[in-house]
Amino acid sequence: MTDHPPAPAHAAPASDEPGRRVFLRRGLTAAAITGGGDVLAQSGTTGLPWLHVPGQPFSPYGQPSPYERYAARRIGANRAVAGNGVSFTPLEELEGTITPNGLHFERHHNGVPQIDPARHRLTLHGRVRQPLVFDVKSLLRYPLRSQTLFIECGGNSNAGWHSEPIQRPAGSVHGLVSCAEWTGVPLSLLLDEAGTEADASWVIAEGADAGAMNMSIPLAKMREDCMVALFQNGERLRPENGYPMRLIVPGWEGVLHIKWLQRLELSDQPVMSRNETSKYTELLPSGKARQFTFTMACKSLITAPSHGQTLRGAGVQQISGLAWSGHGRIVRVEVSVDNGVSWMDADLQLPALPRSFTRFRTAWRWNGKPAVLKSRATDDAGNVQPERTALVAERGRAGYFHYNAIVAWAVEDDGLVSHIY
Amino acid sequence: MYRTSIERALAVCLLMLACGCTSTQRKVEAPKLGMPVSAEAVAREALNVFPDGRGLPDGRGSATEGASLFAKHCAACHGRDGRGGSAEELAGASRPLDHPDADKTIGSYWPYATTVFDFIRRAKPMQAPGTLDANEVYALSAWLLHANGVIAADAVMDAQTLPAVRMPNRDGFIRIEAP
Repeated sequence: MTDHPPAPAHAAPASDEPGRRVFLRRGLTAAAITGGGDVLAQSGTTGLPWLHVPGQPFSPYGQPSPYERYAARRIGANRAVAGNGVSFTPLEELEGTITPNGLHFERHHNGVPQIDPARHRLTLHGRVRQPLVFDVKSLLRYPLRSQTLFIECGGNSNAGWHSEPIQRPAGSVHGLVSCAEWTGVPLSLLLDEAGTEADASWVIAEGADAGAMNMSIPLAKMREDCMVALFQNGERLRPENGYPMRLIVPGWEGVLHIKWLQRLELSDQPVMSRNETSKYTELLPSGKARQFTFTMACKSLITAPSHGQTLRGAGVQQISGLAWSGHGRIVRVEVSVDNGVSWMDADLQLPALPRSFTRFRTAWRWNGKPAVLKSRATDDAGNVQPERTALVAERGRAGYFHYNAIVAWAVEDDGLVSHIY
Repeated sequence: MYRTSIERALAVCLLMLACGCTSTQRKVEAPKLGMPVSAEAVAREALNVFPDGRGLPDGRGSATEGASLFAKHCAACHGRDGRGGSAEELAGASRPLDHPDADKTIGSYWPYATTVFDFIRRAKPMQAPGTLDANEVYALSAWLLHANGVIAADAVMDAQTLPAVRMPNRDGFIRIEAP
């Protein structure tokens, strides 16, 4: 947003009504009037070194332009234990729907193991007819399935519960969510191979990190659509995303997508691990806590313009954002520029895949006066993203996890964007 | 049932439509490359400890024995008494769970005592997870339960007594999407 050129002063009368077609017509007129000669004279292409000097040689694995180094994960780690913490996807620096592998968010409990795939095994046992062990090479020979899916940490956006609106870039608050094409072995194939006992109703998944993190997942979900992922956006998983294999649990909270997957134990009950009892449960005002809240709710936010960015002058702005729902497909995203008084439908980038990022965009002609931008997502199960006041009224503010309220960005008359409630 | 092949084909098509079947969802053949392993071999490496005590190993420990282990392995991050450190507050809750800023300690929040054993054995201490033996993990579990006022200082924790401990917040959870 900050790189958009200022709109010509005479291009359009001040108005805060979104209206792309009006803008495009007037914008063309303005371009025709000003022409391009002056711009070229000031910044001509003659003398640019890359036109006259041979470029860099080939590279075995490409890297982003050095000019894009600021598009990086923001790390929030435990000072005492460097491998305990998170890193956020810089949502405000990205477009489209796919998160590059190097920018996928991380949540590690005790560091990223560097696993030798030749020594890694997946053990499937418990309430099965025949316990089985799979190595990586074997799993690569199974029928694979690809699915584009978001993964969102249950604790994403938890600053929203704070009494004051946090002032950080959008990704540094809401960036514990990313979206990738995951390819792996459907878990139903492995379950069928081992044969499940009649009383099996849960699967306890465990990672091979320093701490062997474990979580319980209903067997029915595992059969329905889970997979043991081996590839992420076409390449083998990154170590920080579970190399050589991770569990994918479509639409459910990130902590269930066990990385470095080494064990699946079928059981008639959940294990009641630390992370499904003392963590990833949501305390209500009554003192009772919600547990096994698996599905990530319907949610959206505007990524541009967003906190810390500055609109460079009145005129047409492109609003862009992301929406997703663990319940299914995003069918509608509405945008408001007047703090929710009126709403208009944004354009959805198609195809809008279930349990995946959906990009929405709309144009807005800013009149240079203070404005408040919001987005509101609706999914195909009829879930509508709530206002913060409604979410807090229902859950209180001590739940920490599963925050999905509407995000409000205030635009000041100088163009600076900040976070408000 | 269907007199002609056309009728049969039509019936199959209708069935496929009803099932939402498409050519991309046909039944896949798995190569079945899983290597059989005995339940005994699996059990030697398994770490899951269930609320009913399943998965607990032999061994025993008391809070008295656990005190020095906690001071050695845990207190640097969790504080001498299991609170006030840089890491999670484990004991000493003063604000109840219906307080806006509730203390979620082992004693005030955790629903099962077996979870303490499961987590310590697999994940602690942070710099060397999985290095404590079963007696040490029982002793640390006992110390933490005692520090929270759940068991007496001389109570011995083992595969029988630990799952029998009833935690104060045992019924404090509402299962939202559990089967």
